[in-house]
Amino acid sequence: MKDLQLGESATICCLKDPEMALKLLEMGCIPGTRVRLNSRAPLGCPITLVVGDGEDYTLSLRVSEAATIFLK
Amino acid sequence: MAGVELLTGRAGASASALALETAATRHPGALTRIALIGNPNSGKTSLFNQLTGLNQKVGNFPGVTVDRKTGVSQLTPQLRAEIIDLPGTYSLYPKSLDEKVITDLLYDRGSAQYPDFVVITADASNLRRNLLLFTQLADLGLPAVLALNMMDVAEQHGVHIDIAALQQELGVPIIPMNARKGIGIAALKIVMAQMLGAPTVHFYEPEDELLPMIRQIRYYFNLHNDYLALHYAHQYRHIGFLSPDDRAYIQELTEKYGFEPTARQAQETIDRYTLINHILLNAVEVTRTERNEPYSNRLDRVLTHKVWGYLIFFAVLFLLFQAVFAWASYPMELIDEGVAWINSLIQTNFNGPLVSLLTEGVLAGLGGVLIFIPQIALLFAFIAVLEETGYMARVTFMMDRIMRKFGLNGKSVVPLISGVACAVPAIMSARTIENWKDRIITIFVTPLMSCSARIPVYTVLIGLVVPDVPVLGIFNLRGVALMGLYLLGFFAAILSAWAMKFLLKTTERSYFIMEFPVYRWPRWKNVGLTIVEKVKTFVFQAGKVILAISILLWVLATYGPPGKQEGAEQQVRTERQRLEQAQPAATHTPTENTFADETERLVASAKLENSYAGMFGHVLEPVIRPLGFDWKIGIALITSFAAREVFVGTISTIYSVGQDATQQTVQQKLSAERDEQGNPFFTPARAMSLLVFYVFAMQCMSTLAATYRETKGWKWPLLQLIYMTGLAYVSSLLVYQAMV
Repeated sequence: MKDLQLGESATICCLKDPEMALKLLEMGCIPGTRVRLNSRAPLGCPITLVVGDGEDYTLSLRVSEAATIFLK
Repeated sequence: MAGVELLTGRAGASASALALETAATRHPGALTRIALIGNPNSGKTSLFNQLTGLNQKVGNFPGVTVDRKTGVSQLTPQLRAEIIDLPGTYSLYPKSLDEKVITDLLYDRGSAQYPDFVVITADASNLRRNLLLFTQLADLGLPAVLALNMMDVAEQHGVHIDIAALQQELGVPIIPMNARKGIGIAALKIVMAQMLGAPTVHFYEPEDELLPMIRQIRYYFNLHNDYLALHYAHQYRHIGFLSPDDRAYIQELTEKYGFEPTARQAQETIDRYTLINHILLNAVEVTRTERNEPYSNRLDRVLTHKVWGYLIFFAVLFLLFQAVFAWASYPMELIDEGVAWINSLIQTNFNGPLVSLLTEGVLAGLGGVLIFIPQIALLFAFIAVLEETGYMARVTFMMDRIMRKFGLNGKSVVPLISGVACAVPAIMSARTIENWKDRIITIFVTPLMSCSARIPVYTVLIGLVVPDVPVLGIFNLRGVALMGLYLLGFFAAILSAWAMKFLLKTTERSYFIMEFPVYRWPRWKNVGLTIVEKVKTFVFQAGKVILAISILLWVLATYGPPGKQEGAEQQVRTERQRLEQAQPAATHTPTENTFADETERLVASAKLENSYAGMFGHVLEPVIRPLGFDWKIGIALITSFAAREVFVGTISTIYSVGQDATQQTVQQKLSAERDEQGNPFFTPARAMSLLVFYVFAMQCMSTLAATYRETKGWKWPLLQLIYMTGLAYVSSLLVYQAMV
């Protein structure tokens, strides 16, 4: 996740932190879903991701939370 | 519940037979009970407001701080239903304490509060994620109707939903709607007035290897379906209505079968999304043309820009501050004058012992409650607009990193800034913070911000000891001192928050993961209803406490031990008479009235000194002497508990003793006060000590009442009182001892 550039898309491979994963899964971050790094807060954290192939909606989360998402 | 019972007769007499059956079968003699549930930002509040209008009331869910909002909706001319608005949630696995009320309500079929059916709101433009909660609720076997909201947004995004096909797939009635504009409300009401059966489609079946455990739980608790039993296994620790024995039983079973809740829950969510994807494939068509970049993104490029974003945010805060500080002062003055007018009306027309209780106790207390209404209304008008438009999410987004360092939340900025005007609406506004720990910390430290009631105290004391000289050519030393006091309060708030971050233990994990909503125009009806709700809540819940303390303070300041006050009054009057006879020329014309007034002032002062409050002042003296205070200040500290600005009035009354009539203003009175050696009593050390005391001390019953109301208990207001007063005491002690 850390390597993703602004505006770049990637597919979720897996979720690391099991407890965080529950929350992320509920929010639609299922392995296999595409996410796009949409914006960063002025101080670099939090960030927003656009979730889903159909660009379903925008999700905001902290960098530490996003770091538990692994991409392929 | 009285209102509900009153209505039942009518509903029962003429309602349609079908609807009657729903209401009567489960709760004989009660209204149909409907729970409203959905994702955050799915338009649930708009729908609730459309259904109930002004027929809303706010109560408590036991054990949590979230408000229980219920309302009565007229479904058909003959039929009314009670609607309960549940907190927004993404799933039936609660993450926050507030979301627990949902499971407590929906898992206990025997409860009197158990809903007859649920209305599930879903954002049509983001159906995939919204259907997760829907499928969970459907699997619980609750009769349900799906309010497919924001159809207009979905169309804009090129999402076309085949309602008939979706209805087929989901097995419940679906009403396409736009709750903000009221479209679809009529259709929804018609469906709500029918008897709804349990959903016909099951989405997720627990894995076979779980069945032995699930069935044992199901039969033990006599539950109506497997999925509910599975939830018992997942959440037995947090389900409020289970007894310790019940919990021990479930725990034993989960251990026996080696149940792994986290893995199971993750798998369930993934399975559900797979199902949902399949359903959407058949019922939803997305035609995406080369879309322009969404307007929200373009707006965000300015509104969350690292320079413009903060500048605009500070401009918004400044406007909010202006509103609560300056605009609110006009209606507040009107209320003040109105209460004073009624007061004088009563005082001139009636006589007797009850008049004083009515005017100085009850009416003063009532005035003390009403005076907050303009500030609360204006602040919540602002907050409602910020929330409605989606800007609040950006505020949190921009401020999170900074505020998190101090144990606060991006949203804490609004309460903290509002606290500079008044802590009471500010504490109420902390409600927008979802996380319990962040919210408690914000509520706890907000009163340390210097509020407007401290200004009179600051001005009087600064004027007394700080010389009116320029600093660095452009500033005034008094201005710098005032600024210093505000900064002192601000840093105390921030540092206290930082300390609490480590002290406060919570099992609730702090997440930032949330939907970043698109910008929207605010719905003025929602804004208006928010204002009404907040004002009503304050007046009826915090207002009770304020009124009670206000009457208590009046008793303390008016009455004393039998005979003591009368004796003191007699003494003053005799002395004044002697003075009048000794120097008739000096006391009579042209200042005859002044002399009589002066006598009354001295009588008032003597009575106050000999009241219970005065006695407390004397009792307090040994305690506050190390801070440089005497019993007179002690009395002022007690009376200013009603509101800090009362300090000035009390000081003015109490320092009338032994001074001649030429000292008119409070400041003159204070500077004329001498200590035992005949030197000025208010030395810089004393004044600074008192100033620091007022910066920190919890000298405001209204704030305590607001904290009580927002935390639903006396624990936090008491801790706040002890902490702030302790901080004030120690700081004043250090200041005074260092300066003397």
